[in-house]
Amino acid sequence: MFNIFKLATRNLFRYKRRTLLTSTLITLGVVSVLLFISISGSFKALMVGQITDSMLGHIQIHKKGYLASIDSLPLNRNLTRKQIDKVVQVLAEEDAVEAYSMRIKLGAMFSNFIETTNIRLNAVTPADEMKTAPLLTDRILEGEKENLLKAGEILIPELISKGMKVKVGDGIVLVANNKDGSVNGQNFMVRGILEGISGPGGRDGMIHINDARSLLRIEAAEVSEIAIRLKDIDQLPAVFTSLQEKLGSMKNKQGMPVFEVHTWEKISPFFNIAKMIDLMTFFIKIMLVAIVLVSIMNVMVMAVYERINEIGTIAAIGTLPNKILGLFVVEGFLMGVLGTAAGTAISLISIAIMNATQIRFDFGRQTGLLLSPTIGATDVILVVVIVIAIAVIASLQPAWKAAKMDPITALKHV
Amino acid sequence: MSVVVAEQLIKTYVAGDIKVEAIRGVDFTIEPASFVSFIGPSGSGKTTLLNMIGCLDPPTAGKLQVVGQDITNLNRQDAARFRGEHIGFVFQDFNLIPVLTVFENVEYPLQMVQNWPTAKRKRRVMEMLEAVGMADQARKYPSQISGGQKQRVAVARALVTNAKLVLADEPTANLDKETANMVIDLMKKMRDEFKTSFVFSTHDPRIVDNVEITFALDDGTLHRLETSAGGAHV
Repeated sequence: MFNIFKLATRNLFRYKRRTLLTSTLITLGVVSVLLFISISGSFKALMVGQITDSMLGHIQIHKKGYLASIDSLPLNRNLTRKQIDKVVQVLAEEDAVEAYSMRIKLGAMFSNFIETTNIRLNAVTPADEMKTAPLLTDRILEGEKENLLKAGEILIPELISKGMKVKVGDGIVLVANNKDGSVNGQNFMVRGILEGISGPGGRDGMIHINDARSLLRIEAAEVSEIAIRLKDIDQLPAVFTSLQEKLGSMKNKQGMPVFEVHTWEKISPFFNIAKMIDLMTFFIKIMLVAIVLVSIMNVMVMAVYERINEIGTIAAIGTLPNKILGLFVVEGFLMGVLGTAAGTAISLISIAIMNATQIRFDFGRQTGLLLSPTIGATDVILVVVIVIAIAVIASLQPAWKAAKMDPITALKHV
Repeated sequence: MSVVVAEQLIKTYVAGDIKVEAIRGVDFTIEPASFVSFIGPSGSGKTTLLNMIGCLDPPTAGKLQVVGQDITNLNRQDAARFRGEHIGFVFQDFNLIPVLTVFENVEYPLQMVQNWPTAKRKRRVMEMLEAVGMADQARKYPSQISGGQKQRVAVARALVTNAKLVLADEPTANLDKETANMVIDLMKKMRDEFKTSFVFSTHDPRIVDNVEITFALDDGTLHRLETSAGGAHV
């Protein structure tokens, strides 16, 4: 086998320019794919992290039917005390759950005593919310970040801050309808300005859950949603399945389901963008396969054609057909290895440079997002294996032709 | 035991409806350590005959034995194996592998065909290169040596496996007179040293003058010519 590799290597060096061109083409393909995977993966991870860690959590539990009418923030579809206790009991059995936060979601009128506008609010227990959405405090553009907020304080979205000219420390009034239709108002002090981000809830304000209860005159311990954070997002499918089995299957006296359990993917429209990115990555991989297939096959067909006489010679002096086949397959394999090695090296160096230079980008209303491209060993290995396998497959047809060549015809070839 | 025994050997080529009888029932034998040539005009069938003896082209009918083995019905794989073990080839265009050095070209059949152990193989290659006077050129590539030197390397490659039979198709056609004579002398010397039979297909009178047996082919039929010190005659 070593001899076949030696001969194949020498033949590749014999046609230096052609080998270089083909390997360069493969290198470019590998670089494109690996950089695309790393950059799109970084973007995806950044957005997913931002959505889950600063807003949604990984999983949310609502009363059945809540999500379908979430636009109107219905207060009559809140989870009751008994239902909350059941959820808490189930969550206590899940080792993968790191934290959870109970929220009341409500709509209100926001007044700075001069103007009034609508505002959507999340009412939370600060300590639980900070554990469930650890990046939430990073979204506080102005104001104190420590402990998130206290009763009587409000975090307002930057759009309202700018539109209503409200600053940190200002007093405002929230007026809200409770579920019976009566109206109540309450004074708040602006604790901070929240950065708006893409996705549901990305432009909501935030108050303490006790304030929401008094504003809405909710006496019982009821909540609109329970947001859950997992220790590891990779456990999402397993935990979701488990919760779905334990909670999704529970029925009320009328035989109707009590809870609905959703992953962030179901709630955030960004999941579709993430799916699109995955699809694009797949098609880019297909393009890479096509590039490798066409270029290697083209080169190997030429290599066989140019060496017909040589093939005749080695066949005549007794080289077995499978060795001739091996010789050409190894040439294709080595070209694949050469292109892939160079492509992988260039890609990894480029990723390191991008991380070192701290490239920032804007996405929607968000500016200055840090691009941190990374690539997993699995992705690199997968691309390397695909390229080398395709290089070998592409060499098979020309190699087969060489192995099956009639020595007499080959020796006559000029 | 004869190196080659051919009995009623026939080779017919078929192209569509046309049948061409290239060899028409020939009989001949070639003894060990002999110097034999097949001569004849172009298209007379001498290369076809050489290809059949060399296991490159199976006969249509008849019986052909080479080094005691019936090769009439060998399949492609077995034919290749047989060639690698028993037959050496010398080509008109030398046909050395351009990416291998002189040493590696001679080493090729031992390494890629017969799988000799390294030390024994290297020793044998050096012996052959010394025998053909090319030991000092061992590290050079074919593009760095002359035509005559290339043919000497080709002779070494043909003999390195201890082949009992070397088939040479117009081995001097691309050489000048002086070099051609040197190559013929070398092959004779090799025949004497290794007791190998050399069979030529040639037009070259210099070869015909040097062989002991000449077969003339004419339109697929074979005649043995009487030879004298000065060469062959009918």
